Amino acid sequence: MASALRTEVLRLYKTLLFLGREYPKGADYFRDRLRAAFIKNRDVSDPEEIRQLISRGEYVVKELEALYYLRKYRAMKQRYYENE
Amino acid sequence: MAARVLVGVKRVIDYAVKIRVKPDNTGVVTDGVKHSMNPFCEIAVEEAVRLKEKKLVKEVVAVSCGPQQVQETIRTALAMGADRGIHVEVSGKDYDTLGPLQVSKILAALAKKEEASLVILGKQGTFASEVTIDGDKIKVIREIDGGLETIKINMPAVVTADLRLNTPRYATLPNIMKAKKKKIASVKPGELGVDLTSRLEVLRVEEPAQRQAGVKVETVEDLVGKLKEAGRI
Repeated sequence: MASALRTEVLRLYKTLLFLGREYPKGADYFRDRLRAAFIKNRDVSDPEEIRQLISRGEYVVKELEALYYLRKYRAMKQRYYENE
Repeated sequence: MAARVLVGVKRVIDYAVKIRVKPDNTGVVTDGVKHSMNPFCEIAVEEAVRLKEKKLVKEVVAVSCGPQQVQETIRTALAMGADRGIHVEVSGKDYDTLGPLQVSKILAALAKKEEASLVILGKQGTFASEVTIDGDKIKVIREIDGGLETIKINMPAVVTADLRLNTPRYATLPNIMKAKKKKIASVKPGELGVDLTSRLEVLRVEEPAQRQAGVKVETVEDLVGKLKEAGRI
């Protein structure tokens, strides 16, 4: 894989790993699924396909951030905005 | 352009953690428990950073009071976009008794010292759901019973953040790395002329009463019977 793409993939992996620490089902659960997903695609060599996989990974990052935000928002609303 | 925004960030037990009362009922278990920035402080930081991005303020300073660990919280604020941090060193007994009165004196002294035009804090009291800066005044929309109220206030001012003010950004890894270069200054409350003695004493801490299990009834007669039993009717 081209060196530039390789850096991007590694960066994506590190970002997901970092985000996974707060995963509701546990950081270990997340890390195992994350590794499995990346290992499954380790032999992909077509740059276009790699870019698509990276985009999918970035989508997951956005989904995780949204998930975390909604959980927090819901908890705060329940605790502090009882009368609404 | 308004010079400086001061944002208070508090290190609290993470919202998702189940809180436990210490066996001796003197307080809550904090050792080894996950801590993070108070979610309302996140909203406050986000608002301050957005004001800077809109070029309405020049500098965002994050402040936290407490022991060494609060520097992690200040770092999170820096990763979200604050320019520098101030750590007000309070530890041990002083930290246990640190209450709103002492913190507000500290923040007031800092706001004066740093010449902050605006202080944004997490939720307490009245809350802003929208903040804009119009010349040398701040326009705040806040929620009140029955609707919204728009007010214009002079600076320096203190604004507190409502849950709906904004959606805080996530502190991403690259930003966390960049934030390591930003400065956090340490200051002692004595240097600010603040006396930390508390006028309050915690006598006892207890868990809230357990919720009673509900009882299911089959018919209306059963319901009436149960209510009579409980002396309700």
